[in-house]
Amino acid sequence: MLQIRNLTKVYDSGVVALDDVSFDIPDGQFLAVIGLSGSGKSTLLRCINRLIEPTSGQILWDGVDLVSLSPEEMRRMRRKIGMIFQHFNLVNRSRVLTNVLAGRLGYINPAFSLINHFPKEDVENAIRQLERVGIADKANVRADELSGGQQQRVGIARALMQDPSILLADEPVASLDPVLAHSIMKYLELINQEDKVTVICSLHFLDLVHRYADHVVALNQGKLVFEGEPKKIDDAKFKEIYGKDAERVG
Amino acid sequence: MDKDNRKPNIWKSLTLGLAVLLGIVVYAYGAEVTRVNLGELQSERRQESMVRVLRALFRPDLLEYDQVLEPRVTPIYVPCPAGGVPEDLGDPRSGGYITVTPACGSPGDVVRVEGFNFMPNAEGPLRFVPGSDPENPVGLGQLFANTDAQGNFSMDFTLPNRESEDVQYIRVIMRQNEGAPYFTQNAKDTWDRIVETVFMALLATTIGTVLAVPISFTAARNLMKPVRSPIASIALNVIGWLAGIYLAYQVAAWIGGFTQQYVSVLPIALASVVVVPIIANFAFRWAVPVEDAEPPTRALQIVRNLVLLGIAALGIYALYALAGAMSTLGPQLARQFSGVAFMGNFLFRLGGILDLLVPTIAALMGGGALGGLLARVGQQATERLPEAAVKTMNIVLAGLAGAVLAALFGAFAEWVYQFGNPVATLWWPAIIGAAAGVLLAVLTQPKATLGVGIALYYVIRTILNALRSIEALVMAIVFVIAVGIGPFAGMLALGLHTIVSLAKLYSEQVESISSGPMEALQATGANSLQTIVYAVVPQIIPPYIAYTLYRWDINVRMSTIIGFVGGGGIGFLLQQNINLLNYRGASTQMVAIAVVVATLDYISSVVRERYT
Repeated sequence: MLQIRNLTKVYDSGVVALDDVSFDIPDGQFLAVIGLSGSGKSTLLRCINRLIEPTSGQILWDGVDLVSLSPEEMRRMRRKIGMIFQHFNLVNRSRVLTNVLAGRLGYINPAFSLINHFPKEDVENAIRQLERVGIADKANVRADELSGGQQQRVGIARALMQDPSILLADEPVASLDPVLAHSIMKYLELINQEDKVTVICSLHFLDLVHRYADHVVALNQGKLVFEGEPKKIDDAKFKEIYGKDAERVG
Repeated sequence: MDKDNRKPNIWKSLTLGLAVLLGIVVYAYGAEVTRVNLGELQSERRQESMVRVLRALFRPDLLEYDQVLEPRVTPIYVPCPAGGVPEDLGDPRSGGYITVTPACGSPGDVVRVEGFNFMPNAEGPLRFVPGSDPENPVGLGQLFANTDAQGNFSMDFTLPNRESEDVQYIRVIMRQNEGAPYFTQNAKDTWDRIVETVFMALLATTIGTVLAVPISFTAARNLMKPVRSPIASIALNVIGWLAGIYLAYQVAAWIGGFTQQYVSVLPIALASVVVVPIIANFAFRWAVPVEDAEPPTRALQIVRNLVLLGIAALGIYALYALAGAMSTLGPQLARQFSGVAFMGNFLFRLGGILDLLVPTIAALMGGGALGGLLARVGQQATERLPEAAVKTMNIVLAGLAGAVLAALFGAFAEWVYQFGNPVATLWWPAIIGAAAGVLLAVLTQPKATLGVGIALYYVIRTILNALRSIEALVMAIVFVIAVGIGPFAGMLALGLHTIVSLAKLYSEQVESISSGPMEALQATGANSLQTIVYAVVPQIIPPYIAYTLYRWDINVRMSTIIGFVGGGGIGFLLQQNINLLNYRGASTQMVAIAVVVATLDYISSVVRERYT
């Protein structure tokens, strides 16, 4: 159970990205976070693994407040929180296999990273994860030689290497075409259902939300404006989330 | 509305007019101080010397032939003697001879000099040899006589103003090349020096690159900005570094002295070099497990750190043993295989350098280890203790660290200026430093973090910029004093300049990498070292290669002139020849430089294309 309590983030520029946001995420949930660009979706996800430091509030994971952990304790905690990104954030010049193995770095003693050494089990595991997302044949290809959909699958494999309990997905399909978007979302669904990983995924398209998410939270200018099942988003709610000029398509 | 529109336009024109005026003034003054004077080019004297130098430069002193010489003289009287011209006894030698008609005359008279029966198509200088001063022959307008296909020549001269009652002579020395051409001494010297130059640049670039890479990370804003620590951690880090450096240096020196007699025995040294790393490897594997799911217990951590300390001591011994083995093995190999003796000498030299460097390496590693350890202790103490206790701890530690740092600066000032007053150079700085540290600790929140990374970034940037503004040529002057005239001084100067300029260029590349991969690796729980190795390094390899090659280019060019100040290399020869007005010799060196620079330029462009 992940509990967000009064989470607020004010950037140095004075922008209020999150304004007193509170909600709960039960284990194993597929949660979609929706809202306009700049509504605070990315900030919310990055506050959970503290890539961005919250200004105030609590993030309780099974009773442990992530916000109060020391940097070293947080580093250990991050190993259980996988993350995938809109722009994949792969190291372009490295091989696919190296990119996937990088997901294991949190478990490995830094001294061995200097000589680029990974235990054999990790390498085997990396191949298995690549097989799972269907690109094991690309293991020795440079990451930037892959297509967008393949790169995101490498991103997923990297997150799976962490053996995560929570997977944060920051607009994972926003840079992909609709067909690829569905294939990536299906992998997330699979991880959610087979591995019982809690998935917290920010999304732009409501049809994807309806198709994949168990639960939705909506943000508008940093405030939580909706929380509930996807089918409960009616036209009035839609206008509240996306503004009154927005039109519903699809 | 109209008025509003017009007003800015007038201002604009006025500003433009002023700017143009200012430009004219600037360039007028520039022409004045640079003393632009094209008239100088027109002067005949200048043109003559210019032509002479240019002709010499176009005939580099590269090849020469053995020459056959045919010196001949014929007597002449200036003015005509009262008793008539005595009978010419003639040149007894066979071969060519010269005649002059008439055989006497007053200064300014025109005489005809003819040569017969010389070597065909030969050339040689023709001179008037005064009877009173035969060592200094006088030129006769045209310097050289050239024989035709039959070996004859004929030239008209005006007699010089050298009157004498004795017999005087006109002399020709006919010369002809014989056999195959061979390289002149100048060409051979040039070859030796150009090899020296290229390797000077190579070593300087290598050393510079190796040291510039780690420095560049500390001079990159994007890596340093997130580095923040609480006061206690920073203060303990400073103290830990200084204490670590001192302790490790002492320990290394002690181990060195203690083991000296053993490592000079080759079998012991070689055995140590093989056995110690194996032991260290096993110990290391135990002390540093590859994967650590749970944080280890305190007791286990202490035991592990002790084992690591033991490994470090063994490592220092192994380095001494390696140095000893190389120093002993090198000369033996050099004697055995005299063809590649330089390899043996190289081994010997490396051994010597290693032996010198071990205490320094140990000191740096000791400083890093102790500094890091104490910084972690400070971090954890800040996290766990109550605020009031942290505040007290901060005040004490910051005061101590400030005092130590300021006392170090005081000691440096004492060393430079030799005040000879310990109150002014040790105690006052220490008190002021302590006060500054205490003040800092009092003014900040006890658990707040300070941007120590960005502060370090500014310090390193400032040092880099200051050192970079000193040309390698100037640095060479200092190093010539430190290690004597020769290529070693030049190599050190180029190396130092390479470190500072490459560190700056590299760090700008680090600043321009995409932050996405770093963010992704941080999110996996990788620590900062791992983030650098896996997210930063792969991104910067191509620009690093490009900049290294560019620097290698610069170093080759710089090393050609570093000899001007005694830094060795081809510049030494070039300057010598220019000072001796031997422009043909200098020309050879210039050609050599051009060839080397162009070749390396081509090679580096090929490499750059392939790897970037």
